[in-house]
Amino acid sequence: MSWLSDLALPKIRDLVRKTQTEETLWTKCHGCEQMIFHRDLEAAMNVCPHCGFHMRIAPDVRLRALFGDGGFTVIELPRVKADPLRFRDRKRYPDRIREARVRTGRRDAIVVAHGEIGSRPVVCAILDFDFMGGSMGTAVGEAIVAAARLARLQEGALVIFSASGGARMQEGILSLMQMARTTAAIAELKEAGLPYISVMTNPTTGGVTASFAMLGDVSIAEPGAIIGFAGARVIEETIREKLPDGFQRAEYLLEHGMLDMVAPRSELRRRIASLLRHLMPVRSREGALLPVPANDAEEAAPA
Amino acid sequence: MQHYLDFERPVAELESKIKELRRLSESDGVNIVEEVGRLETKLDRLLVQTYTKLTPWQKTQVARHPERPHTSRYIAQLIEDFVPLAGDRLYGEDHALIAGLGAFDGRSVVVMGHEKGSDTESRVRHNFGMARPEGYRKAARLMRLAGRFGLPVISLVDTSGAYPGVGAEERGQAEAIARSIETCLQIQVPFVSVVIGEGGSGGAIAIAVADRVLMLEHAVYSVISPEGCASILWRGGDQAEAAAAAMKLTASDLVGLEVVDEVVKEPLGGAHRDPAATVAEVGRALARALSGLEERKPGELLRARRDKFMGMGRLG
Ligand SMILES: [Zn+2]
Repeated sequence: MSWLSDLALPKIRDLVRKTQTEETLWTKCHGCEQMIFHRDLEAAMNVCPHCGFHMRIAPDVRLRALFGDGGFTVIELPRVKADPLRFRDRKRYPDRIREARVRTGRRDAIVVAHGEIGSRPVVCAILDFDFMGGSMGTAVGEAIVAAARLARLQEGALVIFSASGGARMQEGILSLMQMARTTAAIAELKEAGLPYISVMTNPTTGGVTASFAMLGDVSIAEPGAIIGFAGARVIEETIREKLPDGFQRAEYLLEHGMLDMVAPRSELRRRIASLLRHLMPVRSREGALLPVPANDAEEAAPA
Repeated sequence: MQHYLDFERPVAELESKIKELRRLSESDGVNIVEEVGRLETKLDRLLVQTYTKLTPWQKTQVARHPERPHTSRYIAQLIEDFVPLAGDRLYGEDHALIAGLGAFDGRSVVVMGHEKGSDTESRVRHNFGMARPEGYRKAARLMRLAGRFGLPVISLVDTSGAYPGVGAEERGQAEAIARSIETCLQIQVPFVSVVIGEGGSGGAIAIAVADRVLMLEHAVYSVISPEGCASILWRGGDQAEAAAAAMKLTASDLVGLEVVDEVVKEPLGGAHRDPAATVAEVGRALARALSGLEERKPGELLRARRDKFMGMGRLG
């Protein structure tokens, strides 16, 4: 055994390591099952270059795409009570939270940052599906409230990218109450005359859809995103029928009048910039409305 | 035929014994007054024992009891000159959420609530209290009507949840619920909600973002059903009992979490044993809550309502 471990094993280890790295360099597309090289995938912001399938994307990559590198500041979010119900299922809730924090490097399922798009102040909140399925508990609620307040302070727009399985069950009724809480925050933002753009990404379901995600002045979804209230499995069990093709997909919701548009990831920044130009007209010092630039240089730059 | 829950079996046995004795005394003229009296005392004691220490899972079953008074019973007993109003003006009428104008305790109000139905036919007609988008859009429409005419709103919550169906999703169940919550947070009139049975998730909170939220003693209110929670977090629906306990869904738990303002006592043995007394007690609590709110300025009410919900889950 000793001769093997001394001589042969390192070589074998190297071999193993190499294949592992090679595997991580390639990602299999869930849409078309083709392999995509990591650099191509990164360049396309995690959209499959072969079939256009939109894969999950890390919140910080999204922020860079929206504001440009270094064009934004991530804000520190207010703390909330850890484990308000002292909840325990097969695991303790604090243990689940700890694991999610280690995995994502985030305190909870949301990131809030502010920056500028086309010289308009914009506050952006992004739900992180990798953190306990982007579920909404008090921390996400608190962050949405903080984001809406910051937008009001800065007289800026609010853009929320949703990705969530719904309520954080481990926070019980308090997670349900976040639906009312976030809705109140959005209502106050709207009353201040500021635009709120909701971008629904895959998946946006449950209590997040049935509160702030569906209350945008403008509602956008990424292609193929699952968007709905009840889960497909629950519906199937209730009606005991097969669901229609494309059910709860972004394109299906667009057809049923529930969205303003389905926009590919690569176009989101341009679309949001246009919307904000129209909804937040910049005035001259004398108060006159400045003409809407068709496509200013800053806006035309690839994100 | 009275419906008994599993844990009520000893109660059922005692009651049938009493009934049997009564029947005997009528036919044979046997004097059993003393024996019946003794058994009735025992029955009361048994009900007290059972109902003062109901587990959260047992409360869930009481909250779903088929003979529990439902919204239409409350309207019949508490609301005078009730005028039912129908439709969302967009697509249809939803019988799972009934609503209308009426007089409560001397004032006109808008009253609405989920209706589960009381027999097979009415249960189907009311879709077991599971509303579709049309129900929530009707609720929002009538809240706006109340706001326009300065009428207080009373909402009665009793649903296992919003209906999970293809049509409901296509017509924007999530959007309808979100708008209904938004409307709750916009109207400048006194608004009281009572969770009278099951407060099931988004379908419940859609009409319960009120100035005062009351809850019957054995009602439950939660983000997901115990069965649903168990199947997701415990990977088995048979763990519903554990899930019910973990979720803190009872009235006293929710007062502790400051989600519910006041618990309304139920008669001994639960609301289903004495619907009339239950409804009357809820009526008294509603009257107190509304008079308290009517003393406040409309703008103040809305500010306080928003602050209350915006503070839910805030640290300190
Ligand atoms: Zn592909």
